[in-house]
This record gives sequence, C-alpha cells and structure tokens, in this order.
Amino acid sequence: MIEVKNIFKSYDGEFVLNDVSARFEQGKCNLIIGRSGSGKTVLLKSIAGLIDADEGEIWYDDQKFSHLDTIGKQQIRKEMGVLFQGAALFDSLSVEENVLFPLDMFTGQSRKEKLDRANFCLERVRVEGTNKLYPAELSGGMKKRVAIARAIALNPRYLLCDEPNSGLDPETGIVIDNLIKELTEEFQMTTIVNSHDMNSVLEIGDKVIFIYQGCLCWEGSREDILQTDNDALNNFVFATNMAKQIKNS
Amino acid sequence: MKLLAQIGTYFLLMGRTFSRPEKHSILYRQIMREIEKVGINSFAIVVIISLFVGAVITIQVNFNIENPLLPAYLVGLTVRDSLLLEFSSTMMALILAGKVGSSIASELGMMRITEQIDALEVMGINSASYLILPKIIAAVVFFPILCLLSIMVGLFGGYLACVLGNVIPPSEYIEGIQYAFYPYYISYALTKTVFYALIITSVSSYFGYNVKGGAVEVGQSSTKAVVQSSIIILLANLILTRTILG
Repeated sequence: MIEVKNIFKSYDGEFVLNDVSARFEQGKCNLIIGRSGSGKTVLLKSIAGLIDADEGEIWYDDQKFSHLDTIGKQQIRKEMGVLFQGAALFDSLSVEENVLFPLDMFTGQSRKEKLDRANFCLERVRVEGTNKLYPAELSGGMKKRVAIARAIALNPRYLLCDEPNSGLDPETGIVIDNLIKELTEEFQMTTIVNSHDMNSVLEIGDKVIFIYQGCLCWEGSREDILQTDNDALNNFVFATNMAKQIKNS
Repeated sequence: MKLLAQIGTYFLLMGRTFSRPEKHSILYRQIMREIEKVGINSFAIVVIISLFVGAVITIQVNFNIENPLLPAYLVGLTVRDSLLLEFSSTMMALILAGKVGSSIASELGMMRITEQIDALEVMGINSASYLILPKIIAAVVFFPILCLLSIMVGLFGGYLACVLGNVIPPSEYIEGIQYAFYPYYISYALTKTVFYALIITSVSSYFGYNVKGGAVEVGQSSTKAVVQSSIIILLANLILTRTILG
C-alpha cells in the first residue's frame, strides 16, 4: 500500500499540487488521471522520490518515506519498479543487459541465475528472443515491454508507471495496460499508473483518482466514472460529442 | 550569485560522485569502458596533431633562430621544451576538452532528458557516482599516457621534418632533444595533465548532468562544457606553473 497525505508542491509561487491525499491499494491498478499540466506527473515523481514535495507525507506501507535516511530511501527504491514515459532504457546496453542491470547491482546471484531471471522476465512480457538487440532497434511497444521486464526483475512491491501507453497505437496500448494489470495481480504489487488515456481507465482502473488544477477532484472505480455528475471529470472523460451522447443515452 | 550557485552545485555533485560506489566489480567494468571511450578513442587525434605540431614547431624555430652564431641543436632543445612544458599537456588538454568534454556533456545530457538518470535514481543507485566517477578515474589514469604519447610523437614529428624537409641535420636535432634535459619537466607535464583530466571530466559532467529541457539545451550544455573547461584549464595552467616552477 502507498499513501500520500496532504501533499503540496509549488513552482515559482504557483501550486502544482494543492493538498492531495490518496491511498493506493496493494494488488490493484490505481490510476491517476488528469489533463496535461494538471500535476499528475509531479505527484507520481513525488511518490517515486524524484521530486521533493514542499509539504505532506508519503507512506510506503508502514514506512514514512520523507523520514527515512538515504540508506532507508535506497532500500525502498530497490523494492520499486518504475516505468517511464519514454521507457528510459539504457541506450548503451542491450535488452538483456538492461534487464540484468538491477540484478547485477543488487543481487549476489550467479551469472546463470541472473540470466534465468532476465529471460523469465522477458518471456513474461513476451519479448523473448530480443536479448541481443539494442533499444534503438526496438519499436515503441517493445521498448515499453522491456522497460516493464527491467522494472519487475527484482520482484518489486511497488510499480509506478508514467503514461505507459503514450505514443503507442490503441491496440498496443491495451496490450501494455493488460500486461501491467496481469503482473500487478500475479505479483500482488501496489501499482500506480499515470494516464490520460481513457482506454486505460476503462480497461484497468481498479481505483481512479482525478487530479484537476493540482487538487484531488474525484476518486472512485472505473464503473463509478460512468455514473458521476462531477462536471470537471465528465468534461475530461467524455471530451468528444460522441462520448457525451453515449454517456447521456 | 548565479556563479556562486553553480559552484555550489558543482561541489555538491562532486560530493555525490566521490561517495562509495555500489559495487567495486561494476565500477571496474565501467572504468574499462570509459578508458576505451575517453582514452583509447583519443589516440588518433593525439597522434595526428602532435606529429604535425612537432614538425611545424621545428620548422618555425629553425626559421626564427637561423643564425650562424647559434648552434643548430638549439632547435631540437626548443622543440623538446615546448612540447614538454606546454603543448603536450596544456594544448592537448584544450583539444581533449573539445573532444572528450563535449562527448561527456552530450551523453549525460541525453541520459538526463530521456529519464535514464531518473531510472538509475529510482532504482536506488547513486547516479552521479555510477556515471561520473568512472569517467574521472579513466581520464586521470589515461590522460597522462596520452601526454607521454604526444611528447614522443611530437619529437618524432620534428625529426621527420629534419629528415624529409632538410630543416637541420637530424643528428643535430637528436643532440638538441637530449641536451640539458631535466626529467623534472616530465613530472611537471604529467602533474598538470592529471589536474586537466579532473577539470575536463568533472566540469563537462556537471553541465551534462544538470541539463533541463530538450535537444537544444543538450547542445548548449555541450558548448558550455567545452568553453568553461577551456577557461578553467588556462587558469589552472597559470596557477600550477606559478606553484610548481615558482
């Protein structure tokens, strides 16, 4: 479980996050949705510890992240897998080396054990056979899958995904979404997905929080979205005329 | 104020860089990779430039001191001291600041904007130590080798100018490069090179590591890295020369 309490963050006196509190459950896909510039990436990066919030608390289960020393934070981060918007694979390393990277850094396993684990992760995300390719030789969807394989290599307890299907066609996007959901349930991770893709919301959103102008504006399940009377959320989710007609019917 | 903030950020980054590495075996592997990138890949440029500069200095010195009262071997002596005292350390460092410095700044800058550095951080890895420390160690170890190579190739370039261009008799040149030789000059050149290696790699890493924005900013950081490294090298040259040679 990850919990954020009363998070504030401002840049040049302007609030990007304004008193945001939310709880993200284990074994579920928790989605943060909102317009571009609404503050969802800042929230996700604050949770990952890449941005320091001005005020507020972030809890990883029973550990308060901001109260941990450097070593404590590093321990939490070793239990965290992050999927970045652009995949963030290391260009100079092959696919196999990318997945082996966290294993090399943090485990004392033998070479064979690490290779077995890397191959298992690559098979799990269905990109087996690409071991010797470099990131530049992969398609966008394959890069995301390899990045997921790297993120799960150490069996993380927490998985954070920043717009996992941005730049992908809708079909590939759904495949990535479903992969995240499968892995979340299989490994009982606490998964937070940052998205503004409605397909993702309706496909995998066990819990959805809607950030609007830096504030938590709404929270519920994907089924609740269809019945909500929250104007800001309805304008965001049902942005097209066709979608509005479907909602009203 | 901006300059003070930059200096502060630079030293904070160096503090993180020189902290204990995650795994010594991985640090060793990274150092070997960096030696290839910043050292071995610079062999060709060092050899080519030193060869031609050695030859040109020989021709110019001979042209300037052509006098029946001055012995011809002075050409060899002047070429040797020019290479030892200034060219193979300082001038070569300025050239390497252009080649290696821009490469380091753009590599780290690209890693920053494509979130690869963030990826290291969220894994709990000290990205500064992982990425920058091997570059600094590789340069500090390998630049002195490049300096020695430059001295030898530069002297050989002068010899070739004598043989092929009939500047002075080669035997006089050989006598000149052996005349009044102080081995201390080599220590002086190598000491300066070690400082320059530290300056080039750390300053370039600072500019690359702290890039914000996109491809344009990466290009700008690369330019800043070369300009600032060059200025600091010239300043360090003055201070080190004054300190060491008094």
